[in-house]
Amino acid sequence: MNNDGIVWEVLNNQFCSYKVKTDVGNLCRHPHNLTGRCNRKECPLANSKYATVRETSGRIYLCLKTAERAHIPSKQWEKIELPKNFAQAIEVIDNNMQYWPNWMIHMCKQRLTKITQYLIRMRKLKLKNRSTLVPIKKKLERRERTREVRAEAAARLDQSIEKELLERLKSKAYGDQPLNVNEAVWKEILEGDAVEAESDVTTEDELEEENEYELDSAKGGFAHEFVSDDSDLENDGDDMEDLVGMSASEFSSADDDEEEEDEDGEESGSDDEMSEDSDAMDRSDKRAKGKRAAGSAPRQKPTKRTKKHGPRVEIEYETETVAKDNMLTNW
Amino acid sequence: MNNIATSEIKNKVKRGQIYEKQRTEKGKAKRLRRKELKKEEAENPELREARLRENVPATQENTREFDEAVVADADEEVANEEEEDEFAQYFSGQAPKVLITTTPKAGKQTVNFVKELVSVVPNLEYVKRGSKFALQQIIQFCKNREYTDLVVVSEDHKEPTHVTVIHLPEGPTAHFRLTRIKGGKEILGHARATSHYPELILNQFSTRLGHTVGRMFAALFPQVPEFQGRQVVTFHNQRDFIFFRRHRYVFKNSKRVDLQEIGPRFTLRLRWLQKGLYDPVNGEYEWSYKADLETSRRRVFL
Repeated sequence: MNNDGIVWEVLNNQFCSYKVKTDVGNLCRHPHNLTGRCNRKECPLANSKYATVRETSGRIYLCLKTAERAHIPSKQWEKIELPKNFAQAIEVIDNNMQYWPNWMIHMCKQRLTKITQYLIRMRKLKLKNRSTLVPIKKKLERRERTREVRAEAAARLDQSIEKELLERLKSKAYGDQPLNVNEAVWKEILEGDAVEAESDVTTEDELEEENEYELDSAKGGFAHEFVSDDSDLENDGDDMEDLVGMSASEFSSADDDEEEEDEDGEESGSDDEMSEDSDAMDRSDKRAKGKRAAGSAPRQKPTKRTKKHGPRVEIEYETETVAKDNMLTNW
Repeated sequence: MNNIATSEIKNKVKRGQIYEKQRTEKGKAKRLRRKELKKEEAENPELREARLRENVPATQENTREFDEAVVADADEEVANEEEEDEFAQYFSGQAPKVLITTTPKAGKQTVNFVKELVSVVPNLEYVKRGSKFALQQIIQFCKNREYTDLVVVSEDHKEPTHVTVIHLPEGPTAHFRLTRIKGGKEILGHARATSHYPELILNQFSTRLGHTVGRMFAALFPQVPEFQGRQVVTFHNQRDFIFFRRHRYVFKNSKRVDLQEIGPRFTLRLRWLQKGLYDPVNGEYEWSYKADLETSRRRVFL
């Protein structure tokens, strides 16, 4: 039934699917092959008495094949699990292969050594926590790159930082004697507080207005915009009055009061009262708001105003940005 | 003849002329309208206010999707929880002691970036990473030496790409994508840093996750800044991008602050947050980025 000679004849001279021909010689791919070489002596198929050592999922087995079981292919191989201890495993091999050819015993032991060594190495590597390679998702990167730029634009970093810093300064987060503020500026803020405490007369609208103004200037824009004077033709008379003296027009005085309040707030309390007393309330309010914008510029260069320009410079603060700012916090 | 639509005119030259005419007229009308509006509003500023109040453009920020995780201003539950979280020790006064290192065999750019960070964060110690120890071992060493935080900068193609911040001794661990790094010297008109402890601004960290991340950043810096240095470090979160900036400021008057950037600047984006110490195998992820989460641009997690 099983003639080793005939099997070898066929495998060697006709065809063997496990055979690999290389420059070094013929090699064998059969999992039961003891050495990996292809020859008559070491062929697992053409030998009815054969032994090998195999590893499956970390366990090592000694596999034995004898001529007595050659007629039952399903029970052809005797599989003996070897103990984890290397010395004991060697002993088991010795016991089970007492009268086997010496070279086969020797090869089995060599194979056992090799397997135990690579198992140890595998376990060590597993414990070692090696770095893994993570793919860079190009599409994600690209998408995020553009989104990042847009988010940065939406963040308006400088403005938000400036706003936060001013808030901290005004809420006295830096203490009573802050080291990071110029003395003059600190005085200004303290005085501003005092004024606020004094004049509770200011309406909510005005307060809002003030905040807006602060925001605007806080934005660091200092965006005065110089507007052509053709639209202000009808206001020219007022300006002339301005020039001559403050006495005549109520709103010009009102706007100056406002700016006092904003800038240093020294006498603003009394001025405010004055203006409010003297005029019809609504009118002065409106005027004040209208001219508030004119605030800082003429104060900075009073001489210029009288000499060169004559008419006042109207400054427009863009408030659209304020709306956005609110949105940032009140989404 | 007059009723023919402009697009129906067969003569191409004529059609073009008419289109051009229409366009200029439209522009003229618009300019006129704006001018009049301006005039009106100059007389009556309330109109302008009303217009601006009404005309609020829809942005990603103000149309943000409702998120349960957003923390209200006075949320007691969150406040109580934060009193007992991993950062509670820092906020009750424990001085931060931070170690920074890189992945093994770090390139020049990475090391330069780390050096920039060393100049930013006081009490930050840079230790060169050898290839001998795994990160988890290093975490143990840091714990033994009572560090409060460990920062690891990872690189790809010799460029820094990720930052992992590990709060010690109990976590959490956050992993960020690092992009658009600009060193201090690359910034035009940059200021010089001083060794003063900087102030910290954490902007718009709104959700629970955001709070955790924000507190994590805060825990890297000393609690009490040295205000005389006038240095401010900002972590600004916008649409989940965390922008890092450092400035010197000066209060010009009660309404104006001037800023000068010191640098560096870079952007972080959270990739994952692990609950305990760094554990790539068994770690419990509190949050991690998945493409599925990105259902809408108006959905923000921090």
